[in-house]
Amino acid sequence: MSLTALLVDGLTVRFGSFRALDDLSLAIDYGEVRAIIGPNGAGKTTLLDVISGITRPKQGRVLFDGAIDLTGLSEAAIARAGLRRKFQKPSVFEGLSVRQHIAIGADVGFRARLDAPALEDRIGEVLETVGLVDHSNRLAGELSHGQKQWLEIGMVLASDPKVLMLDEPVAGLTDEETERTAALVRALKRPDRAIVVVEHDMDFVERIADRVTVLHEGRTLFEGSMAHVRADAAVVEVYLGR
Amino acid sequence: MNRFGLITHTAPIVHLITLIVLAALLMAGLAGTEFALSRYLANAIGQLAAFAVLAISLDLIWGYLGILSLGHGLFFALGGYLMAMYLLKHSFEITGTVPDFLQFMGWKEFPFYWDGFEFFPYALAAAVVMTTLISGLFGYVSFRSRVGGVYFAIITQALVYVAMLLMFRNDTGFGGNNGMTGFTVLFGWPMGTSGMITALAVASLLVLAGVLAGCNGLVKSRFGALMLATRDDETRLRTMGYETLRLKLIVWCLSALIAMLAGMLYVPQVGIINPRVLSPELSLEIAVWVAIGGRGHLVGAVIGALLVNAVKFWLSFAAPEIWPFILSGLIVLVVLVFPNGLMDLAKFKLVRPMGPKRLASDMGEARP
Ligand SMILES: Nc1ncnc2c1ncn2[C@@H]1O[C@H](COP(=O)(O)OP(=O)(O)O)[C@@H](O)[C@H]1O
Ligand SMILES: [Mg+2]
Repeated sequence: MSLTALLVDGLTVRFGSFRALDDLSLAIDYGEVRAIIGPNGAGKTTLLDVISGITRPKQGRVLFDGAIDLTGLSEAAIARAGLRRKFQKPSVFEGLSVRQHIAIGADVGFRARLDAPALEDRIGEVLETVGLVDHSNRLAGELSHGQKQWLEIGMVLASDPKVLMLDEPVAGLTDEETERTAALVRALKRPDRAIVVVEHDMDFVERIADRVTVLHEGRTLFEGSMAHVRADAAVVEVYLGR
Repeated sequence: MNRFGLITHTAPIVHLITLIVLAALLMAGLAGTEFALSRYLANAIGQLAAFAVLAISLDLIWGYLGILSLGHGLFFALGGYLMAMYLLKHSFEITGTVPDFLQFMGWKEFPFYWDGFEFFPYALAAAVVMTTLISGLFGYVSFRSRVGGVYFAIITQALVYVAMLLMFRNDTGFGGNNGMTGFTVLFGWPMGTSGMITALAVASLLVLAGVLAGCNGLVKSRFGALMLATRDDETRLRTMGYETLRLKLIVWCLSALIAMLAGMLYVPQVGIINPRVLSPELSLEIAVWVAIGGRGHLVGAVIGALLVNAVKFWLSFAAPEIWPFILSGLIVLVVLVFPNGLMDLAKFKLVRPMGPKRLASDMGEARP
């Protein structure tokens, strides 16, 4: 295992003549929680789209674990390599129950690979972690917004990912729910896992992030600790100050 | 609730399968007695059962996978045509009946590609292979390039239309615009007798029950949960490591095969097949049956097919000219008032008084 989980190298993504990512480079290590912040349209979601294989970049590459170039792989192959991502808009399967979500997340394949007791254990563990034990048989479509966010987090962490990407996990949550999510993210931190969180809520970012990358117009504006971010004149100018 | 306070809940699908099997056994048992159904009614039941199988094939792909096909008549016709080829070749061997279209074209004998069709297992194998090839190739190309939604529906409609134009040609050796008819023998037995009509209806009912049971098993399995997940958010499922292309292709081909089977059951009972089964309207109508019954519910698909066709059968005597208006009215009703078809009506009655929570937990077959 290399020290660097994700190495983003000279990434450019264009929509027409507009550059959503513009020669972007950054490195994210195992063991860290990295926050990516920046104004709307900075390219944060686009970056996660490239890493998870949904968007193909015009130029550049994304090295996973120092060896695998993700830009040529399918979404499914990337996921099977150990990367998982929660979408900005809560994306759950309305017609499936909570426990079915976790089962699908934990055991990849058309036929079950884990044996039944192992799968049950895993489902129980994950439901406990995301606090949905009492809702395990409800349909996802019936859940509240906050519960859907947690269900999606549970679904993506069920497989024990090496890279976990969360796109705005506390958008639309109450203060109490945000608090619990922060504790959850910290609890998921492990030496052999990299966690990438895109978020606008600065107090939340301050609580969870080891390091912060500020994106602006598809480029890195600043990288460092949250305290340094707050003190940086350029960041205050384009983002925090408004 | 039974006396132990446990909820003994049997899914509606189990009731329906039981009912269909009982009806088949009853028809078979009463055959030849004074209580036997009239030939007309027995034949109508058999045809309805074939349509119900066709409706299930579309529901599987549309209701459970979210892929609307407006060209399922293609696979239905494929099964129907290959069954008709068997019937004509077989009838010719036994009774020497020369099919009309050969006489029209002034041909002395069957074209070479009819070879082997007098042998039923060959005709069946040909139908399975051709349906799998055509649906597999078309599905692979479409799903591979991620064509979906309304674009896919339009392409399937175009496909069935092209097939219709092709089959209208008289020089292809498949009957042209008159189609194929004049079947006299099936498996060595004369056609058109009460016994044969009953046997075909009973067989159709049993196939319907089998297809229902099989599809129910599929949609309630882990694979079925993945089908629903693909329907609800395909990108979400892909980014969790699942190759949805394979899943979609498997279900699409399976759906085509079930439609083919329906066609094979239908043709001997109606006694004719011609290119009009390939008309875009018929393919649209299948979607209407499923929409009215409530897509995503196997029971709904069967009820929709039975209901709409029963009304159509009846109207075709009473007032054939108003059928298009009734059909359009049903579409408007389903789209505007009951987007989940009759399943909406059922929920209004059964579930509302118990509060909204029951609503989803009572959806039954959609979840294991
Ligand atoms: N599929 C797309 N087609 C065209 N423009 C897009 C597409 N996806 C994103 N964009 C544009 O790219 C820019 C970056 O978007 P995004 O990465 O979603 O920003 P962020 O997540 O930082 O708010 C925005 O201006 C957005 O409008
Ligand atoms: Mg975004």
